Amino acid sequence: MTKTPEELYQERAKRVDDAIHLRIPDRIPIIPDAEFFPFKYAGITVEEGMYDYEKTYTAWEKTVTDFEWDEYIAPFTYSGSVLDYLDFKQLRWPGHGVKPTHPYQFVEPGQVLDGKEVYAPMSAEDYDWFLDDPSDYMVRAYFPKIAGALAPLAKLPPLHGIICYYQGIFESLSALGTPEVLGALESLSKASTEAFKWLNSFLGFIGRMAALGYPTFCLAVTHAPYDYIANFLRGTRGAMIDMYRNPEKILQSCEKITPWMIDAGVGGAKATGIPVVAIFLHKGFEGMMSEEQFRTFYWPTLRKVIMGLIDAGMTPFVFTEGDYTSRLKFIKDVPKGKVVYHIERDLFKAKEVLGDIACLTGGPPNSLLCTGTTEQVKAYCKKLIDVVGEGGGFILDPEAPLVDENPENVRVMTEFTKEYGVYRQ
Amino acid sequence: MVRDIVSALADLKEKEALKIVQERLSAGDDPLSILEDTKQAMGIIGKRFETREYFIPDLVYSGEILKEITKMVKLKLPKTAQDERPGKVIIGTVAGDIHDIGKNIVTFMLDINGFEVYDLGVDLPAQKFVEKIKETDANIVGLSGFLTLVFDSMKETIEAIKAAGLRDRVKIMVGGGLIDDEIRKYTGADAYGRDAIAAVSLARKWVGGK
Repeated sequence: MTKTPEELYQERAKRVDDAIHLRIPDRIPIIPDAEFFPFKYAGITVEEGMYDYEKTYTAWEKTVTDFEWDEYIAPFTYSGSVLDYLDFKQLRWPGHGVKPTHPYQFVEPGQVLDGKEVYAPMSAEDYDWFLDDPSDYMVRAYFPKIAGALAPLAKLPPLHGIICYYQGIFESLSALGTPEVLGALESLSKASTEAFKWLNSFLGFIGRMAALGYPTFCLAVTHAPYDYIANFLRGTRGAMIDMYRNPEKILQSCEKITPWMIDAGVGGAKATGIPVVAIFLHKGFEGMMSEEQFRTFYWPTLRKVIMGLIDAGMTPFVFTEGDYTSRLKFIKDVPKGKVVYHIERDLFKAKEVLGDIACLTGGPPNSLLCTGTTEQVKAYCKKLIDVVGEGGGFILDPEAPLVDENPENVRVMTEFTKEYGVYRQ
Repeated sequence: MVRDIVSALADLKEKEALKIVQERLSAGDDPLSILEDTKQAMGIIGKRFETREYFIPDLVYSGEILKEITKMVKLKLPKTAQDERPGKVIIGTVAGDIHDIGKNIVTFMLDINGFEVYDLGVDLPAQKFVEKIKETDANIVGLSGFLTLVFDSMKETIEAIKAAGLRDRVKIMVGGGLIDDEIRKYTGADAYGRDAIAAVSLARKWVGGK
């Protein structure tokens, strides 16, 4: 008898829940981070999907249901129109410096493209402003940098002076009423209206997938505090130099934003009822900083974010990028069965160190999925299932998010895992 | 204790290094000898990076200190003599990708190891590499990229170099987050490097073999 979508939903959810909590499920779950893969697979461009949200979600629905993955990581396909209204600088997206078929790409603070800096990083001097009144810094300094349409906000008086008592209202509002600032507010209003439309389309998709029997593995995202500072404010280079020239400031800033990072994850998870919160790690891997720097600047506040999420009843899904082998001894310091770690390199070593503590995810290298034979893919998955899958606590997903891997290899990876990954008690 | 520029810079003691430079300049020392010392220090830093005593932030910071020193010294400098360089390397992120952190580190490491590096930037059409090879007569090309889509861009770039009749004149290395030997074969490159150290040793090997 065929199972109903409701039954399949429960079965998949239990399978994944067992893996997360280090119980032995019926078989190893497979949850690829499909990211940009569904576009090419379903025959649409990234550009079409970024401007016509339903096209994106139709492509995703086709992909997830064709491959019948156990769960899926929510699509991070954003709205091109919102970016247009904002004249957004922090991404390059199809039609704006990227080909229609290519994924959007992040632009670092201070990154030089076509011979000029796209937007300036926060200066080292501005740490004091940021630490003193972060929201004021974000509105009056940061938004104007990353969004051309919001540049006039730099002319506002400090936020703490706005609308503080009845006489103040008149003066404060007049600062918002200049033609330039009104123009920025108008763009903001258009962008917000569009963002709301995008969100509803997105949530509609999540609901449809649930009705089809597919739970969402994770949706809410937050960051390691060091990454937030390095990725968005100071730039990779600036943050690296801060570790020598301004160690106190970068540490204080990481501490300052730690509660924000927890709130962002908890808020997103509560709003959707999906408790797994993704933290993609960017700047702490082997080589990007020394072990001592990792121990000092990166791990303490990341751990606080992890613990804050756990205390709020959420499951952090910590997605390491790059080699974390030398960091395993630090990241194992988390409560048992509460965290999921995605490991890009050396899952075998990770299993030895973290196997009793946390559920692991990982899988074949994307290079293999792009250019390898189906036999090679099977052999790779077999070894992982045998060793890393031993005793539960393993979810198979590729080394890095999918973009344009060979669909045949993705199918083989999926089917082989379902067939060979069964636990026989 | 007064130390020299070589050890102050090699140990990343910024204030100390800058102070010594200032003192030596005030004492009328030859600016070129100061630059010679910084070169020696950068060599030590490169070695420490190779032996995993130093990491990328140490390199970046040393580059920052070096920039400060050069700024101070430059004012007093006669015309810089062009130094002997072991080889020319053309480097860039291939078409479709704008990631450049890894590429910039490789550029820096090649530069402090004496190579003349032409960093073409990011998202480069194959033709840019072809033109630059013709223009500079470089013998090494480094192709960088982070996204999976670069596998094809790298392959196309190498094919374009071949089509221009330049393939025998250059050795080509590929590198980036997801690049491995599979991709080296797929693209037709001569070698792949896992990190900046690998890039330097490949480049050294290739010029040594000439």
